[in-house]
Amino acid sequence: MSDNIVNVENLNVWYGKPQIFGRGKRVQVLHDVSFYLRRGEILGLVGESGCGKSTLARTILGIEKDKTGTITLNTYRPQMVFQNPYGSLNPYKKVGWIIEEPLRVLNKYDGKERKKRVCELLERVGLPESYLQRYPDELSGGQRQRVAIAAALIQQPELIFLDEPVSALDVTVQAQILRLLIDIKKQFNLSYLFISHDLNVIYQICDRVMVMKKGEIVEQGEIESVYYHPQHPYTQQLLTE
Amino acid sequence: MKKRNYNLIFGIIITTFVVILLTIGIFWTPYDPDMMNVKLRLTGPSPEHILGCDNFGRDIFSRVLKGGVSTLWISVFTVLFGLVCGVIVGAFTGYYGGVLDEVVMRLNDVLNSFPSILFSLVIVSLLGPGKKNVVIALGLLFIPSFARITRSEFSRIKNMDYVKCAKLEGVPPLRIMFVHILPNAVNTLLSTTAIGFNNAVLAEASLSFLGIGVQPPDPSLGRMLAESQTYLFSAPWYTLSAGGMIILLVLGFGLLSDGLGDIE
Repeated sequence: MSDNIVNVENLNVWYGKPQIFGRGKRVQVLHDVSFYLRRGEILGLVGESGCGKSTLARTILGIEKDKTGTITLNTYRPQMVFQNPYGSLNPYKKVGWIIEEPLRVLNKYDGKERKKRVCELLERVGLPESYLQRYPDELSGGQRQRVAIAAALIQQPELIFLDEPVSALDVTVQAQILRLLIDIKKQFNLSYLFISHDLNVIYQICDRVMVMKKGEIVEQGEIESVYYHPQHPYTQQLLTE
Repeated sequence: MKKRNYNLIFGIIITTFVVILLTIGIFWTPYDPDMMNVKLRLTGPSPEHILGCDNFGRDIFSRVLKGGVSTLWISVFTVLFGLVCGVIVGAFTGYYGGVLDEVVMRLNDVLNSFPSILFSLVIVSLLGPGKKNVVIALGLLFIPSFARITRSEFSRIKNMDYVKCAKLEGVPPLRIMFVHILPNAVNTLLSTTAIGFNNAVLAEASLSFLGIGVQPPDPSLGRMLAESQTYLFSAPWYTLSAGGMIILLVLGFGLLSDGLGDIE
């Protein structure tokens, strides 16, 4: 199906591999996960912490290797925005450097053109140009998350994984960042996999939603139908809380 | 009221004093350090020779300066050698982990388990004495400590989100290691380097004391200590000046690194 940007079938993932001296055991984290993500849609992934939400994103991105099943990615190099904006920016590099790095590595464009693109993008995510010369330490959580979004956008991806992008921020900032995410999605024609444990946030932003429990997807569907007519007891329990 | 950082203050004072003294020593000494004068044999401190003269009638102050300079150079190069090799080894083992890590770190343990003086004796006797070989011998000994520190920093930092981000952006591994991770490890490495420098000064002095370091007639602090033993009672200023210079070097950098550590 070509209009699906991600297709995942029967994905199983394990953590911890047997080491030389037999320490550690292999634990299955994801069980038989199948889903699809249409081009241009926002798919929510909800579940309590530790149920394997981030693992799913990390597996699709190729960070986790111990897996079975098929993942079909119909896009080039998806990006990820991490939950904790205090950990996702290198503290010893300036904001401009961080955003420019992917272009520098790919050796795209000359120096002047790169700088121009970085400036444009920084402005697009709502930060003044003077922030180029700042270090992440000098920014607030929301500003850092804006920088992280800009760094993800600079490669012009079609798909971005948002791993709890607003849960570390306070409520007013949350709303601003969500607004920004929706705006840039329209402008750049992006698709999101939006991971969160906050049902309200998911409801505000997503088209469809998947509910995950202990590494299994127990329910998925259009946001309205899942929220108003939950089928699985776990979803019902989550919604009543 | 905040407690004053006396370590840092005294460290800076002593180090500055020593560095100024030795910088002068690189370009100028009051007398030719190798010039002998039998008439002045073992004379005590005087206005002309402020630290007196040694058993060949050479000016001790000039020799302490020249010896301090050569100790300083040897220590600097030793630490640099150990630092560069150690950082490279630690970066790869810490970043990649796994079997490579296990094997290299066990080799590290082997290198570490030899008494350092014995090990450098072996190397120097294989390569022959001389400044260059002392640097190689001591530098090899310094690799394990730097490698260990770098490795632990790298294996901690490689799990940070910004490193994962860099991987997703397609940054090649070497660039991640030395451009993204290394700057975050510099603070820790700096204080290790200061301590390593102290150890290098002491190790160089011990090797020269044993007669396998700097060769005569080049002056060296360790060698002067060894020669002055015979005249400990008849010319105590000889021992005191050579030993005093070593103490000043080590104390200054030791206090400085302690003081710097207290700031953070």
